[in-house]
Amino acid sequence: MHGRDPGYILVAHGSGGKLTGDLFRDLFLPAFRNPYLEQAGDQAVVPLDGVRLAVTTDSFVVSPLFFPGGDIGRLAVYGTVNDLAVGGAVPAYLTAGFIIEEGLSTEDLRRVVQSMSEAAARAGVSIIAGDTKVVERGKGDGLFINTTGVGWVPPGVELGPARIRPGDRLLVSGPVGDHGAAVMARRAGLDFEVEGLVSDTAPLAGLVQALLAAFPGAVRCMRDATRGGLATVLVELATASGKAFRVDEAAIAVREPVRGLCEVLGIDPLYAACEGRMVAVVAADVAEAAVELLRTYPDGQQAMLIGTVAEGPPGEVLMRTVAGGSRRLELLEGEQLPRIC
Amino acid sequence: MKFADEFRESSLARDLSRTLAREAEAIGRPVRIMEVCGGHTHAIFKFGLYDLLPPSVRMIHGPGCPVCVTPRAVVEMAVRLAEQPGIILCTFGDMMRVPGRTRSLAQARALGADVRMVYSALDALEIARRHPDRTVVWFAIGFETTVPGTASAVRRARAEHLHNFLLLCNQVTIAPALRAILEAPDVRVDAFIGPGHVSVIIGTEPYRFVAEQYRRPVVISGFEPLDILHSVFQILRQIRSGRPEVAVQYRRAVRPEGNRLALEVMEEVFEPRDQEWRGLGVIPASGLALRPPYADMDALRVFAGLLPPALPDPRGCRCGEVLRGVATPPDCPLFGTACTPSYPMGACMVSAEGACAAYYRYGRSTAAQPAAEVGEIARS
Repeated sequence: MHGRDPGYILVAHGSGGKLTGDLFRDLFLPAFRNPYLEQAGDQAVVPLDGVRLAVTTDSFVVSPLFFPGGDIGRLAVYGTVNDLAVGGAVPAYLTAGFIIEEGLSTEDLRRVVQSMSEAAARAGVSIIAGDTKVVERGKGDGLFINTTGVGWVPPGVELGPARIRPGDRLLVSGPVGDHGAAVMARRAGLDFEVEGLVSDTAPLAGLVQALLAAFPGAVRCMRDATRGGLATVLVELATASGKAFRVDEAAIAVREPVRGLCEVLGIDPLYAACEGRMVAVVAADVAEAAVELLRTYPDGQQAMLIGTVAEGPPGEVLMRTVAGGSRRLELLEGEQLPRIC
Repeated sequence: MKFADEFRESSLARDLSRTLAREAEAIGRPVRIMEVCGGHTHAIFKFGLYDLLPPSVRMIHGPGCPVCVTPRAVVEMAVRLAEQPGIILCTFGDMMRVPGRTRSLAQARALGADVRMVYSALDALEIARRHPDRTVVWFAIGFETTVPGTASAVRRARAEHLHNFLLLCNQVTIAPALRAILEAPDVRVDAFIGPGHVSVIIGTEPYRFVAEQYRRPVVISGFEPLDILHSVFQILRQIRSGRPEVAVQYRRAVRPEGNRLALEVMEEVFEPRDQEWRGLGVIPASGLALRPPYADMDALRVFAGLLPPALPDPRGCRCGEVLRGVATPPDCPLFGTACTPSYPMGACMVSAEGACAAYYRYGRSTAAQPAAEVGEIARS
């Protein structure tokens, strides 16, 4: 019984970590198999009458609905827009499906929708279709939102893990873990003790387009560091590229309130979700200039180079720790749980 | 970050590492140090401290993870309780994934049981207030760090006449476990890194017998890398001088007398009882039972029929030996194959503080490459 799938779905199957991957590989992919799905990227790029159409979909289930620095609506817009952006696509249209639990206050729904409207305007996308369903009280968590995003990939833009080469540098657009820490603090009822915890929820398309325009061909691959955080994205990229990464923990910025909260709860900020940070792999000769460019944008002010692509065992991400030791980063398994003592 | 950066400075760590090497060489024999607390095990891996310790210093992982030491039968009892109609079972998150006989609490929840992950006993009490028509069972596990919180919840429940708040009690105390380890014929430990958080509550006195009767150093340590390296240094110094004692490295948090208020509330609500530990068997007076005025809140009394007979660990599982420090996680035939953090078979793979989880997450290839080389590549 133990040591294998129990035969029914657990919360951990939706955590974005190893079990989610198992579900995709063992259940969804065999049923839906096609070349686009097989790439298992943040978005699929499909040809349509001469245009490279980018499509992605995501569902948002977050408790609480409102948290410092954002809300479920803003997440639902930026999360999907960012999945398009990091593939090099220009986001254009969104659809939005609302699954509402009976009893949700109309005022809360209005706030969420207003927030989505503002986020869409900021990200330069239009919400062009939608759907509403209401479930009985107790059968939802207030509100679930699904968004599907459509965009197009400009000619000449080619990104992907297969383009990653030894010697390339690893770049992160800002401090990590802000979103995960802000939501966890609210869940744990700790916000009164940890001031300054704010989600980093933000659109990435501006940063991405600036990089692609300034350094054509030198940007190999990008990802947004959502569930599983920076560490999980690094391991996924190293695995998909078949390369080894070397990372310097001291170079990774973690804001002070985030570090404080993570210390209190015993959670690793490198595994805490971000909702407005991207990880980019860029050619070494443009790396410093790329960081300088990102730093001229408000959402990229603390961009940093955190490591290098190396020859080594495929998928291995080895980090030099702040204490001077070394540690291997792994995929997030299950959920991050607060420590007991 | 204040109070953390100071303890992570890599140049200081390197200096300490060199000092440790000199001390170890002067001792001239291997030294086996048990870090009692899972938090220390975790920190050793998280910061890659093996790279900074002399080869002759061997760290042994102790029984200080409360999830790991909870016997399988008690986990099964929790699952059975959760599956009773009308019960809400509240637990720390880590306990959710430990398997009982057929399933874990997380799996029971997926099948319909009302299991809630909370952050403290007081959260469980609040759920009891909000659901007067249900019986709320707090799965109370942990060492002296969490016991005062549970004791406060018990007192409040009594003061508020809440009759729907029960405890499934598997709280343990650290000192009897150390004695059991020192008495075990197959365990060889030269010194202990004492638990930081537990010692904030209990102070230094409960460890004195280790130094005086068993002639082993105890250094109570903080959880930052320099704390741990510094504690190892203090231990090596004591061994070299031949004068074992109980020392506090974690002075910014631990006072020798502990926290009197916390000890008082514990004392009022709980009394010692013999207790089974996974891997260590029954240790006299190592557990905590509700004192008679509160005994009606003991879920084991109210639902006595649900407690299964003793359940051995799954076949092949070596959690018990790992907890006593006589085996390392990779020695277990299930490690990393049948037993992973996603589908753990033994408790040591579940908790972030468990030795197997730490090995699995951080340890498997870390030692393969010297730290200096990693740093140079990252900066090149």
